[in-house]
This record gives sequence, C-alpha cells and structure tokens, in this order.
Amino acid sequence: MELLRVEALTLAFGGLRVAREISLALASGDRLALIGPNGAGKTTFVNLVTGQLAPDAGRIVLAGEDVTRMAVAARVRRGLVRTFQISRLFRDMSVRDNVLLAILQREGRTARAIRHAATDRTLVAEADAHLERLGLGEVAGDRVGAIAYGQQRLVEIAIAVALRPKVLLLDEPAAGVSRAEQPRIVAALAALPPDIAVLMIEHDMDLVLRLARRVVVLAAGALVFDGSPEAVVSDPGVRAAYLGSYGT
Amino acid sequence: MGLALGIATDALAYGMVLYIISIGLSVTMGLMRVINLAHGAFAMIGGYLASWGLQSLGLGYGTAILFAVAGAVLIALPLERFLYRRVYGTHDPLPQVLLTIGITFAIIGIANSLFGPTLKPIPLPEIFRGPVDLGFRTVPAHRLVVIAAGAAVALGLWLLVERTDFGIRLRAAVDDARMASALGIRTDVIYAAAFALSVALGALGGVLGAEILPIEPYYALRYMVTFLVVVSVGGAGSIGGALGAALLLGLVDVTAKYLAPEYGEFFFYLAVIAVVAAFPRGLLGRA
Amino acid sequence: MAATKMAPRSPIARDRLVTAGGLAAIAAAGAIGLVLFPNDLGFLTRVLATALLVLSLDLVTGYCGVATLGHAALFGGGAYASGMLAAHGGIQDPLVLLAAGLAGGLVTGLVSGLVILRATGLPQLVLSIAVVQLASALANKLSGWTGGSDGLSGISPGPLFGRFAFDLWGQTGYLLGVALLLVVFAALRALVLSPFGLLCRGIREDVIRVGALGARVRPALVAMYGISGAVAGLGGALSAVTTGVVGLDSLSFERSASALVMLVFGGAGSLGGALVGTVVFQVFEHAVSAANPFHWLTLVGLLLIAVVLFLPRGLQALPARLAGLVRRRAAPARGGA
Repeated sequence: MELLRVEALTLAFGGLRVAREISLALASGDRLALIGPNGAGKTTFVNLVTGQLAPDAGRIVLAGEDVTRMAVAARVRRGLVRTFQISRLFRDMSVRDNVLLAILQREGRTARAIRHAATDRTLVAEADAHLERLGLGEVAGDRVGAIAYGQQRLVEIAIAVALRPKVLLLDEPAAGVSRAEQPRIVAALAALPPDIAVLMIEHDMDLVLRLARRVVVLAAGALVFDGSPEAVVSDPGVRAAYLGSYGT
Repeated sequence: MGLALGIATDALAYGMVLYIISIGLSVTMGLMRVINLAHGAFAMIGGYLASWGLQSLGLGYGTAILFAVAGAVLIALPLERFLYRRVYGTHDPLPQVLLTIGITFAIIGIANSLFGPTLKPIPLPEIFRGPVDLGFRTVPAHRLVVIAAGAAVALGLWLLVERTDFGIRLRAAVDDARMASALGIRTDVIYAAAFALSVALGALGGVLGAEILPIEPYYALRYMVTFLVVVSVGGAGSIGGALGAALLLGLVDVTAKYLAPEYGEFFFYLAVIAVVAAFPRGLLGRA
Repeated sequence: MAATKMAPRSPIARDRLVTAGGLAAIAAAGAIGLVLFPNDLGFLTRVLATALLVLSLDLVTGYCGVATLGHAALFGGGAYASGMLAAHGGIQDPLVLLAAGLAGGLVTGLVSGLVILRATGLPQLVLSIAVVQLASALANKLSGWTGGSDGLSGISPGPLFGRFAFDLWGQTGYLLGVALLLVVFAALRALVLSPFGLLCRGIREDVIRVGALGARVRPALVAMYGISGAVAGLGGALSAVTTGVVGLDSLSFERSASALVMLVFGGAGSLGGALVGTVVFQVFEHAVSAANPFHWLTLVGLLLIAVVLFLPRGLQALPARLAGLVRRRAAPARGGA
C-alpha cells in the first residue's frame, strides 16, 4: 500500500534551486535511504515533506490525502513523523515524560488540565515499554539533559515510534554517535514496526547497506538515482554526483 | 500650517534625541544579543555629569559634553567587563532583564543620593538659546542643534561601520561571532568597544536631549521602555532602522501630544503594536 | 553498594507530597503573619495580591517561556472589573466581586495573549509593554468610568459570607487572601502537572519539537494566557476589595516589571519559587525602604545583581546550592580520613 507520494517537488531560494522536481513514492514496509553529497538538499527535502518549508511547486500526498498546504503539526497528526539531525528533546524533563508527552499528544489528551499527566496507567506503561525495548528502562526517571548522547538519540527514536507513524523520516539517526554506541541505534532502527514506511538520511554507507532495501541519491537538488543498495555503488551517475561533475 | 511646522520641528528634534540615545542600544542588542534595560541609566549619567561639569566645575558646554561622555564610558566599562559579559547571548532573556533592571535601580539610587531628587539643568551656551529665523518660521536654535547632531551621528556611524577596519570586524562579529573569532577577530575587544560606543552615544543623547527629556533620578526608568521600543521597532542592530523608527515614533508621539494630549501615550503604543504586527522583525531588521 | 537506593515512589504520589507541603507552608506562613504582625496585615494583604500576580506570570513566563513586561494589564483588568462593578453597579458581595475580577482578568488575558503572541523574542517583549501602556492610557482617558489618575473609589464590600466585615485591622481581608492563595496554589499545581501543563513545559523548551509531536502551539499558549489572566484578575480583585480603591498603578509598566523581577528572583518555572520570590522581595523592599529611604533602591538593585551572579535559577535553587557547597566542603575531609 502506498503511504507517501511526492510529485515534482520544487523549491528555489533566490536563484539557488534546492529542490528540482523531486518525485518519490513510499509504500508500507519500505526502507529507503536518501544519500547525497553535502549540500545536495537532503535536509531541505525532509523539511519540505514535513511542512517546515513550503514548496514553490509540486504535491505531497500522505496515505491518499493531499497535505501540500497543511501545517507541520497537522501532518504529524496524520502519521507523518520525523526525527531531527541534532537531537531536539525536552532536556529539562525526564526521559519518561518526553515519551509520555508524545503519547498524550497522539491520544489527543493535551487539552486536559486537571488530573496528573501520569494518571492513565496504560499510557505510562506504554511509555515505559517503548523505553524498555530500547534499553532505556534504567534512565526513564533521569533528566534527558543528563543522559549520554547515544541514549538521547534513542529517546528521539522512542518518541517517533510512540507517535505511531505511517511514514517516518529519520534525519541522520546516528549522527554524532560513537562507534561503540552505534549497534544500539542500528538495532533500534531494525526493530521499527515492519508495516510503516521509513525514509532515512544517512552518510554512513555501512549503515545504509545494513538497513535500507532501496537507495535514492540526491545531487544539487535533483534525484539522480533510485535503485538497490548494491547497484548504487557502481552507478556512474552517482559516482559523477559525488565527484562533483554533476549539476551546477 | 504654522501648527504643522511646529509639530514637524518638534517631532524631528524629539526623534533625533530618541535616535542618538537608542542607536547605541541597538548596536549592543544586535551585536551582543543582550536586552540592556540600563541603557537609559547611562544616558542619565551623561546628563548628570554634564550638569555637574557646567554648574560646579565651571566647564564650557563643549568640554562638559566631552567630560560627560568620557565619564559615562569610564563608569560603564567595568560593568561591561564584570557583569554584562556574563549574560551576553544567553538563550534565556530573563537573567538579562533582572541584571539590567538591578543595575538601573542601583544607578537611580546612587544618583538620587548624590544629586537629590530635583531636576538638574544643563544650561545651554548663549548661541543655542535664542530663536533662529528660517525665513518661513522661527524655531529654537537648540532644536536645530539636536537635529544636526542626530544627522551627524547617523552619518558618522554609517562611515564607521561601512568604511573602517573596525566596522568590518564589527559586522563580521554581528553576522557570526564564532566565525569571527575563528578568523582571529578578538570578539571580547569588539564587544567592549561597541559597548563603550553605545554608552558614549547614550550619554551624548542624554546631554543634548536634556531640554526635551529632563535629567532627574527616575529618568532611567521613565524612558527605559521608550528606547527599547525604538530599537525593537527599528530592528536590533540596524542603523537605518533605528533612525526610521525614532523619527516615526517621534512624529506619532509629538503629534498626538499636540492634538490629543488627554490620550497620553495611547497613540504612541498603538503605533508600536501596529508596526510590530506588520514588521515582526523590525522596520529594517535582518531575517 | 548498589542496593542503597530508596524504593522509587510513583511520580503522582511524589508530586502530591510536594503540593501538600506547599499548602502547609502557605498556611503556616499565613498563621505566622497573623500572629506576629497583626499591625501589618494591610501590607501583607498587598503581598498576597502581588503573589497571585506573580504566580500568574509564572504560568506564561516560567512554564511557557513567554517573556513579558506587561503582565500588570491582567491584574489591572481584574481590579477595574471588580472595582467598577462595586462602584458603579453597587454590588457589595465580596465573592461576586472576586468572580468579576476573575472574569475581567480572563478576558484581558485572552486579548493581550492574542496580541503578544503575534511575535517572538524582543518584539514580543515590546508588544507586552505596549499592551500594558495602552491599557494604562485607556484607563486614564476613560476617567468617567475608572476615576482616571485620581483612582477609582467608592468600593465598599459588605461582610464576607454576610458575617465577617472588612474592618480597620484588615483581618478579614488578610484571611480571605490566604484562603485564595491556598485554593489558587492547589489548582495551579494540578494545572502544571496535567497533560496540558506538560505540553506547556514542552513549548517552553522547544517549540519546533512540540510541533513535530503534532501539537498546536498558539491555541495552547492563548489558553494559558486566559488562565493566567484569571489568576492575575483574582489578585487585582483581592486588592480592590481589601483596599477599597483601584489606581492606575495597578496596570502600570512598573508593576509589570517588578512582578517579573520577583518571579526571576524566586525562580521562574516553579510555583514555590514564585511565592518565595514575591514574599522575600517585598519584605526586603519594605524593610529596607523603611530603614534607609536614601539607599533602599540601590540595595534592591545590588540584590538583583547578586541573584543573577550567584543564583541564576533564583532563590528556589538555594537549598540545592547550599547542599552542594556543604558536600564539597565535606568531600575532601572524608577523603583525608
């Protein structure tokens, strides 16, 4: 089942074209890696799809519904969820409250203002279960600002999963994580719900080969390759893009 | 017609006073990202020093201005070094607000105990006192001096920022402080120099504007908001924006006080809300 | 070594304990005031009204991260609503007058929230100043209704519950204020610990993150402004009912600025910090200005500077700070033994 379709998405900042008619479709169960040289427009693409940026032209269709003109939060409520390249977490809250807030928001309960946020035990138990699964049970009560950076990246993933996405956009989920912590991130990503569609920006080809079943390459704002991870390394267009002879 | 011209000269003079005082605040707020509610207190210090120099030390008007500007800078620099530097660019504005209100209170208290609660006159030299005949109308000479001084400050700042080595460093630090210091620009020196410049302009405005904004201990509190509003409406860090904002708000305020004095500051703040709603980043603010 | 941790309490039970402790502390402080300072009940009632204003400010500034120097508009909105109902409507029931203040504050809060939340950062701060100055100029202009710069008088509330008159000693007013503070504190504790309160704390920390959770930020902030207005309005009404007058100072920039000062002084983002900040600051100001009218403002200024330098998170961080110092002192001694 198709969950996300992007049609001819285009954006220019002044004269600089940062997205050139990008078209892409994601179906349930897809694991797609988006790669490309620095400045190719990868994060711009994610910001366009999530609604942080508005495109000059093109369409974004989420599970059959046109969301092109919709606000960020409205898209999230319809199942389009992202993570951030540099962790954006509520650092003064506990790890558990970070995930609990996501669950409360998903359940539409954040307008309730009288009873304690932890009143509904099934929701608290769900938050704890998400954390357990990622090996964060020990630090559930700690302030996010006080836990290790690799753990913070895992909290980011826990929040995303707790929002029950249909489509999940991961912006460099392992950025800044040490080699020693990387296996936990990889395991967390491998254990994402199988039926959701995942698009992941990643530089590390090792990770891409392990997690993605399809790779698209972005260069100078345009899509130059869409195919299997095995084919991408030998594709002449991709080589040209990374060596800098493409585009401009 | 006569009324309109009267309003126009008064508005222009008032706007220029607002500009001379506020532009320094705009520079520090744009550069060091600090909400300095004590800026009016530095203008007030300038006024007190000038008054003291003229009345007790027997200085001439020009020397008294130099004395006031230098004195205010000397008082302010240790405050910059030991207090302001701790709150530059903090993500949370509340410590800045608390610190600078604290400094303002302390300066008001000290001014009150040293000089008393009364208004301090800054007598003008003979040539600035009389009316000047412009052909179509006579206006007080002092107003013309203030207007000329405002124009000179605007021009001087423009030359400083656009044409000098210091200006290049200043702009680099405003654009990206980390990058600037990576390029070997000593941002702490730039900051101290910009702060000194800011206080100097504030003190100059305090002295020149004393006819319009009279010097008394609560000066620092009374006009604190006005200067902040000018900076915000113009866009922090923008020389042209501050000039536009000062002249616009000066015009609104003077016109309203001529035509509808019973409304007080109503129209002034209505204009503020309208401009901020229309230009949330300031008239010429950077995105 | 590892098993010495205390059995973890549920977060709800722990938070309830804190609320109960806070209520007990307010009640105890209230009793101390009544017994030890029977001649200063008028001043203490003013402190209570201000405490409601600072709590209200804490909701938007401490919990939502909206910096404002115009919060007295909400206090004044409540004070004038209550005062005008009494002076022009002839209403005498103090509870009705308090309800009017709550409603007046709620409306002022929603309106000023809609204006102030149009911008962020410095322009937001300036909008907040503009709102309170505008309200003040308006109250001055509409002197037929508000009494203008002479103040609104002719507020003569009847006895509370038909039994307790507002006498010269101010006991009734003081006790009413303490009771009001207890109720408001309990309600606000529930509010900040609720899902809505959690959302607001999220907004303060990272607006973009909250949007990426699917939450609507502006409606939440405007709602919080309304609640905050209701609390500030209650404070204004308490002031109107107990003093019998409403002046332009009730919606001045100076009152707004001093409320922010007290909040940051005590510690923004903590209801207890807001209360401690209000009480300590006002008592300090009261005592210093009585003892030394020449230097009190200087001393208040130096106190604020000292807080920024040594207690950047306000007085509420003082116990933890002291404990840290003691521990650091103790550590080398233990190491040497």
